[in-house]
Amino acid sequence: MEPMTTASTVSPWDDAIFWEGVDGGRLLLARCARCSRIQHPPSPMCPSCGSVSWDVQESSGKGRLHSWIVSHHPSRPDAEPRVVVLVDLDDGVRFVSNLHNVQLDEIQVDMPVEVTFQLVGDTVLPLFTRPGGGT
Amino acid sequence: MTRSPHHQAAIVGIGQTEFSKRSGRSELQLAVEAARAALDDAGLRPADVDGLVTFDIDSNDETAVVRSVGMTEVRWTSRTPQGGAGSVATLQHAAAAVASGAADVVVIYRAFNERSGRRYGQPGAFGGRRTRDWHRAYGLDTPAQQFALWFQRYMHMYGVTNADFGRYGVVARQHAATNPNAWFYQRPITLEDHQRSRWIVEPILRLLDCCQESDGGVACVVTSPERARDLRHPVVLIEGATQSNPTDGYVTTNYYHQDLTRYPEAESVAAQLWKSTGLGPGDIDVAMLYDAFSPVVFYQLEAFGFCGRGEAGDFIADGNIQLGGRLPVNTNGGLLGEAYIHGMNNIAEAVRQLRGTAVNQVPRAEHVLCSSGRSAAVLGRG
Ligand SMILES: [Zn+2]
Repeated sequence: MEPMTTASTVSPWDDAIFWEGVDGGRLLLARCARCSRIQHPPSPMCPSCGSVSWDVQESSGKGRLHSWIVSHHPSRPDAEPRVVVLVDLDDGVRFVSNLHNVQLDEIQVDMPVEVTFQLVGDTVLPLFTRPGGGT
Repeated sequence: MTRSPHHQAAIVGIGQTEFSKRSGRSELQLAVEAARAALDDAGLRPADVDGLVTFDIDSNDETAVVRSVGMTEVRWTSRTPQGGAGSVATLQHAAAAVASGAADVVVIYRAFNERSGRRYGQPGAFGGRRTRDWHRAYGLDTPAQQFALWFQRYMHMYGVTNADFGRYGVVARQHAATNPNAWFYQRPITLEDHQRSRWIVEPILRLLDCCQESDGGVACVVTSPERARDLRHPVVLIEGATQSNPTDGYVTTNYYHQDLTRYPEAESVAAQLWKSTGLGPGDIDVAMLYDAFSPVVFYQLEAFGFCGRGEAGDFIADGNIQLGGRLPVNTNGGLLGEAYIHGMNNIAEAVRQLRGTAVNQVPRAEHVLCSSGRSAAVLGRG
């Protein structure tokens, strides 16, 4: 699939583009408007060319699980322990997120995952799940 | 061999408070007690001090330290970045000040009530969870969780288990067991104790993989080697000291380098130090390696070339890092066994080893490595 792109007219406040994308159900990566470098996490200036203008590139949302832990602090645990993961997106970007709808004993490093947008508290966050598991 | 500019400085005094879980006094009092003790140890007066170095997050303002210790006037101050990862960079700052003439006598101090006051290991210690950011929104609330996501990849790639990490924890407590200043004094642990301790971050870190939470202060005094020779202790030279802040590096959430089984910052400071000092891993008699969590020791052993990549577990299991081994590591018990004074207590131990006054003395120690991962120094007998 050819990645969809959306031009931004002004330099964002660093992370704003990304969260606007999430609100629209899309995983948008910051792409330098001059040299096309993908920068994640975003930064105000492109380290390759010095540009402060950014476009976005829509990620396929597909990738592989690079690492994981259970977030469950013993003295102040979450109501439900969350699995925190590193995902290597096919776009070449490494992304921190949570694993959604996958049992602990099913987790495998390098397993394929894809993005799913889920309500966490009162905020939508991009989470990851096994392909097709984001219902 | 070319002398690095930092070779032109020496550590002439070390001082500390007791290490405890409840100091019962202010962080400023801990800081100035440690500073005064370090000056007494050096045989210098507060009026001799004209430079101060501390950590970015130390709560003790320089003016308050000057006023309380009775320093006359300080003309150099600086603070190192990145909390404990910058602990060894304090030596680089102090040495640079002395070598350049910006200051003649620099006191490095670090003091806090990290157990009875703000506990860094608690969720929210560095600001609460955010609804939207790159890390904390997903439940990475503590340094243990943040680091563990990095360590997991190392475990996966090299087939390392939590019990392998436990073998470092056993050595750290073994060293602490004969150190009266250590929390684990006279309390060695077994691997079974380690494996029975509760998960802090499943399946990576158990309680006994984590450093102490401590109240206390440590200070060091740095001046020129010439002046050091007129003072009371054997000269301890700062033979080299440096930092690494590469692109795409993060301090605790260091996930954006390609290969998470490595520690590029530590590899860089290692390469820089071997080049600037003309020394290599085989020349180091004792290594003081920042051990907020056991696995960080694995990464540093490999980054500095003490063993091959993925081999730290075997290196430890074979007894190399114990007293009497090829490379005794954290002879005071480190941050796991002695106390967590943000790495400064490990620097004080390096100085004692070179003076020949450590409780767990390594015979004829000539070069000691101090590493906090993103900054490191080689200290040597003058
Ligand atoms: Zn660019």
